[in-house]
Amino acid sequence: MDPILTSRIMSDVLGGLTNGVVYGLVALSLVLVWRSTGILNFAQGAMPMFATYVGMGLLSYHLSYWPCVAISIVAGFAVGGVTERVLVRGLYGKPEINPIVVMVGFLIVLEGAAAAIWSTKPRGLPNPFSSIDYQIGGKPFGLSDFSVFEIITAVAVMVIIASLFRFTKLGLQLRASALSPEVSRLLGVRVGRMLTLGWMLSTGVGTVTTILVASNYFTGLTPQVMDGVFAFGFIAAAVGGLDSPVGAIISGISIGIILQFVGDYFNSNDIILVALLILVVSLMVRPNGLFTRSSVRRV
Amino acid sequence: MITIEHLSVSFGAVQALRDVSMEVATGKITAVLGSNGAGKTTLLRTISGLEEPTTGSIDLDGKSLLRERPENIARLGVGHVPEGRGVIGEFTVEENLRLGAMISTTPLRAGLDEQYERFPVLGERRKQHAAKLSGGERQMLAMARALIARPTVLLLDEPSLGLAPLITAQLMRAIHDLCSTGSLTVILVEQNASSALRIADHAVVLHLGSVVANDTADLVAADEKLRQYYLGMVE
Repeated sequence: MDPILTSRIMSDVLGGLTNGVVYGLVALSLVLVWRSTGILNFAQGAMPMFATYVGMGLLSYHLSYWPCVAISIVAGFAVGGVTERVLVRGLYGKPEINPIVVMVGFLIVLEGAAAAIWSTKPRGLPNPFSSIDYQIGGKPFGLSDFSVFEIITAVAVMVIIASLFRFTKLGLQLRASALSPEVSRLLGVRVGRMLTLGWMLSTGVGTVTTILVASNYFTGLTPQVMDGVFAFGFIAAAVGGLDSPVGAIISGISIGIILQFVGDYFNSNDIILVALLILVVSLMVRPNGLFTRSSVRRV
Repeated sequence: MITIEHLSVSFGAVQALRDVSMEVATGKITAVLGSNGAGKTTLLRTISGLEEPTTGSIDLDGKSLLRERPENIARLGVGHVPEGRGVIGEFTVEENLRLGAMISTTPLRAGLDEQYERFPVLGERRKQHAAKLSGGERQMLAMARALIARPTVLLLDEPSLGLAPLITAQLMRAIHDLCSTGSLTVILVEQNASSALRIADHAVVLHLGSVVANDTADLVAADEKLRQYYLGMVE
């Protein structure tokens, strides 16, 4: 095969993988909330954005990068927990349109509040790793120190979440609360706390994702930083199945790679069109998602 | 001892329980019988905190259970095997049991071994998803999951529902054996009155939410009028 073509394909696959793990993380955070509370959180991008502003804003006070990252994640847990307790708790059992309207409204409020507090001007985050692509034979390879860091971080988050759910008592209670809240309560599980924890985890994962996205030189941190990524993450979650964490990750990565090829071989304006096409076709073929096993639930 | 006094529960205009009073003796089996819509399930759900009464009181050994959350009532030692068993089909047998053991102070391994000894088939299927178990096996799992928490009171809602007569007989024997030590109190809700009366010490008959009989199981079983009009036990 033509070495130039090989290099181009490799570059697209790796670049798509880097984007895809980010979409996968967004999809995973949506799935975490959907599985535990049956709510499609349209503020899933805005909540971590707000937490990231809080944590990374401390860079202005000469705090170094990694403590700011840690504080952002803790702020993400707090934003998720408070949102569940204050805003979401009263929505359980209400008509399904109610949480959708409330969360869209919350998205607008958070983005507006962030703009009012921190302005809409992109705020560059220091990048702890180089974003310059590796070169093979003088050609860019589609990977950089930062994209390797992105992939490792995403995989680490996925492994931590999967291990939490699979191997710990807490994970067992989280899964039980999502699958059968009434039975869980009869067995002594504090379901209310589990729901709060689900939102905390979800926003924590979202905050890691936001920091990765905002650390990109071309993006920076803005109140709308997650809007575009959220759209692709949402499509990944819907395609993979809102009940399937594994599906969310696999479809996120797949969509990332497909869209990278579309952007490279066609036109970058076609990316959103193709993404929507993937969504429509997958919903027509398997409305529950490609990886979900449970029955359909109306949104 | 569980003491229930003047308990009423309403769902909108429908009154599911009307002024129900009864005592459940420690270490005994009390059968709660009646036809569909009698209020049997509502009674158990109210004891567990899943339904809120409009009036009345429920005390467990002198402690009021009113306005306690279901999870707290479970932690006070009340195990509830709900109607339809409530096993989590997506979980394996062992995961269901681990969930039940969450509030137990007994080491997990010892608790699991005890239940596998009591219900050997669960030990054989410990890695199998609960959704793939038969009706009888699911009932065993639901009971084992409640028992692994070492409750002092066990609420059983229609355990024989959908089971073959032979399995029902085995199940009733297992319930009877559980109470033989005198440390476990059982409230057994059943439509299968004859099976329940065979193992119960005491029986309460509900009709349209009200208590129509409250006596020893032998006397209830011998009452022709009760048998005919409320328990559907036509000779």
